[in-house]
Amino acid sequence: MRAADSDVAGLGATRAIAFVAPALLLIGVFLVFPALWTLYIGITNYQLTGPAAAQPRVVGLDNFVSALNDALFLNSVGLTALFVFGSAVIGQNVLGFVLAWLLRRVRPSLRRTVEAFVLLAWILPGPVVAYLWFAVLSRDGGTFGLLLNDPATAWLVEYPMVSLIVFNIWRGTAFSMLLYTSALAAVPPTQLETARLVGASGWQTVRDVVFPHIRGHVLTNTLLISLWTANDFTPFLLTAGGPNHRSEVLPVLIYRQALESGQLGYASAMSLLLLVGNLVIALVYLRLLRRRA
Amino acid sequence: MRRTTPFVLLAVGGLLAGCLGQNQAEQGQPTRNADAKDVTLTIVANAVAGGKNTRGADWLTNWVIPRFTEAQKAKGVNVTVRFDQNGAGDEDYKTKIALDLKTGGGADIVEIDGIWLGEFAQAGQIKPLDDVIGKSGVDAWDGWKQIPDAVQGLGQFDGKRYGVPMGTDGRVLFYNKKLFAQAGLPSDWQPRGWDDVLAAGTALKRIPGVAPIQLNAGTAMGEATTMQGVLPALVGTGKPIYDGGKWQGGTAQVKDVLGLYQRVYGGGLGDAVLQQEAKGRDRSFAMFADNKIGILLESDYFWRSVVEPRIGVAKMADRDTAVGWALVPAKQSGSGVSGQDFVSMSGGGVRVVNPNTQYPKQAWEFMQFLNSAEAVKAALAGTAQVTQRNDVNDEVLKGDPMLSFIADEVLPITRYRPGLADYPKVSAALQQATADVVAGKSPDDAAKAYQDALVKAVGEGNVAGG
Repeated sequence: MRAADSDVAGLGATRAIAFVAPALLLIGVFLVFPALWTLYIGITNYQLTGPAAAQPRVVGLDNFVSALNDALFLNSVGLTALFVFGSAVIGQNVLGFVLAWLLRRVRPSLRRTVEAFVLLAWILPGPVVAYLWFAVLSRDGGTFGLLLNDPATAWLVEYPMVSLIVFNIWRGTAFSMLLYTSALAAVPPTQLETARLVGASGWQTVRDVVFPHIRGHVLTNTLLISLWTANDFTPFLLTAGGPNHRSEVLPVLIYRQALESGQLGYASAMSLLLLVGNLVIALVYLRLLRRRA
Repeated sequence: MRRTTPFVLLAVGGLLAGCLGQNQAEQGQPTRNADAKDVTLTIVANAVAGGKNTRGADWLTNWVIPRFTEAQKAKGVNVTVRFDQNGAGDEDYKTKIALDLKTGGGADIVEIDGIWLGEFAQAGQIKPLDDVIGKSGVDAWDGWKQIPDAVQGLGQFDGKRYGVPMGTDGRVLFYNKKLFAQAGLPSDWQPRGWDDVLAAGTALKRIPGVAPIQLNAGTAMGEATTMQGVLPALVGTGKPIYDGGKWQGGTAQVKDVLGLYQRVYGGGLGDAVLQQEAKGRDRSFAMFADNKIGILLESDYFWRSVVEPRIGVAKMADRDTAVGWALVPAKQSGSGVSGQDFVSMSGGGVRVVNPNTQYPKQAWEFMQFLNSAEAVKAALAGTAQVTQRNDVNDEVLKGDPMLSFIADEVLPITRYRPGLADYPKVSAALQQATADVVAGKSPDDAAKAYQDALVKAVGEGNVAGG
């Protein structure tokens, strides 16, 4: 194949490169460079303070080996999986779809109001939201405790993971809802009508008519929210990983190891493991998507 | 294209490899900019007007900066002093300072906790004053002779002076006299052993809604757990944390201390949930001020800045009559370090000159100004505190019974933490051990896990016992 055949736009190689250069530069500076940097720090014993800050040594794969043998790391992996599965894969997905499905045929004014509230949870800044939830779940007359007539329960201490999962469902459902709303609009109304005429129940309609149309959307949505949730740092604002590591998801563990304990090398190694985990999840989803096509 | 990728990666990796840990190149001579007529200096502290350590912040803003600027103007130098305020937890502040220094930036004068000195020094992030300022300039300051040797030690590492200490403190048991009266306990209480403290706790427990004893525990409180919990208890068993060149692992003494935690938190004498909350320490202060905690181990900081009736973060209008204090007893009489009956731990802040400063001479002049008798006295704003200067202490401590108690009774029996770079790792392991006990582990199991964590953190050869 000659070059001219593939050059549909007729730009020529030089100009084409000139056009993409700014984008590549940005990607290089903000994505490739930090990733390589993390990779490099991850094989050293680099620290924030102390002798290893002045003269870091390359320690090879030691950090990765100790991470995989570290009870705290394994605990975090388990909690992160629980967090992603509970709040994103199940929670946000299901709630987002249910909201989108139920809001299809209600009055536009009601739909807009509900959507506005759901969206509000999504667009408020993290610290503000964390503060609100802190107040709701506090044991000093927090709103939730007062509602249950049990003002002395410290929800964030006694049920840290449940609190985080509920919080993250509340926080992130808006995205799934929006995505499913537009996906549902793509389902041909004639097919829904036919299903209704042959007497299909609501569940049967969703399973046999709607789902085949939006399968791609479900996978894309699940992929995105899984990755966001796995990297989410907001749990730190609510529980700081406590009590006693019971809500220490990976981003929180990495932050605490890097900045509180000053183990920059070790934390970088763990970041890389998290990155690899994310890549694996992404590959699995992509494989599923491709199979559909 | 395909074939060049590995080479690009290698090249980038090679560039990176040269970068870590080297940021000293731009630091110059002590004499640089010595004759500058326009000077900008920055000071950073964990103090913020209207919040944490508000008195220190007000002093810097309203007293120090205007007067220093004026004094310099008289000499024909135009100085602008900026004050970088912070109101964060100690660990967060430390992280910020470490990152500042590491990246070759940061304020010219930096306030740090004395216990961080060793780490920063070993990382090359701070330098001996002799190197930054020049030996003759440092020695020429007449303030040194006012600072007692033990206090000067806070600003030293490996026998070299890195900074000027900002005073010291001592730890005691504070107790609420109103609750003590309700529980039928004396108002001039002085326990002679741990059993006496626990007995008082048992008596206080009968008052509904009161957590009898607050002995800081867990990782959320950070260094406050070590300094206001584990270490004072540990010196009461006869051995400090670093003894004979080794850190104490899961020794009998450490087990005793963890046993004390179990008796407090397993026996319902303390609020176990509070130790695990993200803001537990602040809450414990509020609870004490609200007459909901009977006995609390703290430094005199608690008296000066927490329950202080005017500017404290948890004000107690009746502090002077309602709050009592007692020496921290050893496990039993005579079981403390050096056979002492009573024990304490001390620390204190230090101001260092940033080696990256553009104006070393002027920064040192500012430092001397900050530590002049006049400035130190003004910093107290009519209150009292054990300052770094003997001449100021002689004058101000007379007026405050609590702080003269610290100076007269506590400082003679106190101990300091070892200023070694490994200390924070040991401290973190101790915090985890107390967290384990509060969460229900037995002291023996917690001590064993602590031993393992310590060996991993500092190396087997540096750990004693197990």
